[in-house]
Amino acid sequence: MSGRLRFLRTPSGAVGFGILVLVLLVAVLGPYVAPHSATAPIGAPPFTGPSTSAPLGTDFLGRDVLSRLLSGGRSVIGLAAAATGLAYLMGLAIGLAAGYSRSIVDPLLMRTVDVMLAFPPLLFLLVLIAGAGSSVGVLVLGVAVIQAPGISRIVRTATLEVSERGYVEAAVARGERAVAVITREVLPNISAPVLVDAGLRFTFSILIIASVNFLGLGLQPPSSDWARMIGENRAYISLNILAVIAPAAMIAILTIGVNLVGDAIARSLGRSYVPRGIRSPAA
Amino acid sequence: MLAFVLRRLVGAAAALLAASVLIFTAVQVLPGNAASAVLGRNASPAAVGILSRQMGLDRPASTRYAHWLKGFVHGDLGDSAVAIAQGSNHAPIWHLISGPLKNSAILAAITALVMIPLSVALGTLAAVRAGRPTDHLISLGSLAAVSMPEFVVGSLLVAVFFVGLHLLPPVAIVPPGGDPLSHPKQLVLPVVTLLFASMAAGIRMVRAGTFEVLQTEYVQTARLNGLPERRVIMRYALRNALAPSVQVLAQNLQYLVGGVIVVEAVFAYPGIGSQLVNAVQIRDVTVVQSVAMLIAVVYVLINLVADLIVMLLVPKLREPV
Repeated sequence: MSGRLRFLRTPSGAVGFGILVLVLLVAVLGPYVAPHSATAPIGAPPFTGPSTSAPLGTDFLGRDVLSRLLSGGRSVIGLAAAATGLAYLMGLAIGLAAGYSRSIVDPLLMRTVDVMLAFPPLLFLLVLIAGAGSSVGVLVLGVAVIQAPGISRIVRTATLEVSERGYVEAAVARGERAVAVITREVLPNISAPVLVDAGLRFTFSILIIASVNFLGLGLQPPSSDWARMIGENRAYISLNILAVIAPAAMIAILTIGVNLVGDAIARSLGRSYVPRGIRSPAA
Repeated sequence: MLAFVLRRLVGAAAALLAASVLIFTAVQVLPGNAASAVLGRNASPAAVGILSRQMGLDRPASTRYAHWLKGFVHGDLGDSAVAIAQGSNHAPIWHLISGPLKNSAILAAITALVMIPLSVALGTLAAVRAGRPTDHLISLGSLAAVSMPEFVVGSLLVAVFFVGLHLLPPVAIVPPGGDPLSHPKQLVLPVVTLLFASMAAGIRMVRAGTFEVLQTEYVQTARLNGLPERRVIMRYALRNALAPSVQVLAQNLQYLVGGVIVVEAVFAYPGIGSQLVNAVQIRDVTVVQSVAMLIAVVYVLINLVADLIVMLLVPKLREPV
């Protein structure tokens, strides 16, 4: 267990990794082992307590909470992963263009980034939904646009630093094209600072997409997304408490697991995981 | 010093101008016309045409933007598009949101009053006990708290304190025109939820700052002079550790501006966040536009004030970079 997996040696890293594997297994395999349909009532009244056919009881429409729970993880993880991935693509493109070009492009892009960072993220997403309506595309693209500026700043700083090193200057002197220099010399050498807070950004994507889904402004019924489940059953929490706390617990252990692993990896690299001004959906 | 203040003022104005363009573009220019968004997919073209004219959508976008911004600057937020579509002639957004705005300000103010001293206390405690169990507990606890979305924290708190212990109410309903402070018990869970999500950064920052100062020579000297540890921390360490924390505490306040959006929805609290979510739901585009701009203004102002405070506390920063 050396090198890349060193973070597993710390207790919090190992615990976080275990949690993460467990939640991923539930999200991926859950739909196949669910005893009932995730979207159709099972013929029981709403808000029954735990029983043998419905171990976690039923929700406000008489659907099986366990089956919905087993099917509801994919969208939570999938949408956040897609948004984070897209954000990194956009952030890399902007940051590399700004950091490598050394022209007017740099200040132009960076001032735009400053403006984006001065706007509350959740507010941005809500305004976008009010204007463009709610769809998977709007959620993923909106969150990617929110995250890209922060990433592009880090990419730019790292690129500026790396592009002054000898091996980059040598490649430029050899007459290699900019694309080749960027992909072969720059990218591999900026990956550490750029990826160290990937876990933080992934949790942020989960938090903000889940918040919108909780508010009922994201995925629409009959989606069994964990955040939607909480939003749908929240008003009736005293009737079947499991319909609320089961999905809440899943989201909580998922995000805590991601951050424990991220924190452990950052520590094993000797870096700080929570940078100045960590955020929550709104900050 | 004056140059610094001026530069910050211009920066804030530019950010707000950009925000107004962003908001206007997202709400009014993106696919589909605002009138059909308000009326829904099944509206007849004639009805959409009438409402479009009432909302002034037949004018070019640049004219509408200028009109909206001019009104906003003069304190006229415009009319609710949905209310106009439902047949009223006059539905000022300000009447709709002035009550909720006050409620949100109360919720955020109470949270801030608790948050700042508590962050400083916990951060200092963690720094004084650096490397010991108390420190680890505070660090892990704040990492876990900040990992969870507000609505998860809020729902779990309701499960424990309402369903489990019957101690606190699960919602914080205030009748229109009522005073949220007349039922203080209702505000406990919303405030605690906001604290969970917002304190971690402040705690970490105060811990790092205090830890650093505790290693300095003047603190060592004060200790060697036999001053009691409590006095060393209060008089020497804390004061110097706090300046860098002001910015993070301001970021926490900024967080509150947006954090209330979700927390109000969790507890059905009639604030500006609930109003915004409701407006997005019924796609009342003019309300979304003006409320979003209002929130952006508060957000940018807090940042501005924080920068000025930091500048007063740390004279070094006043010199042009």
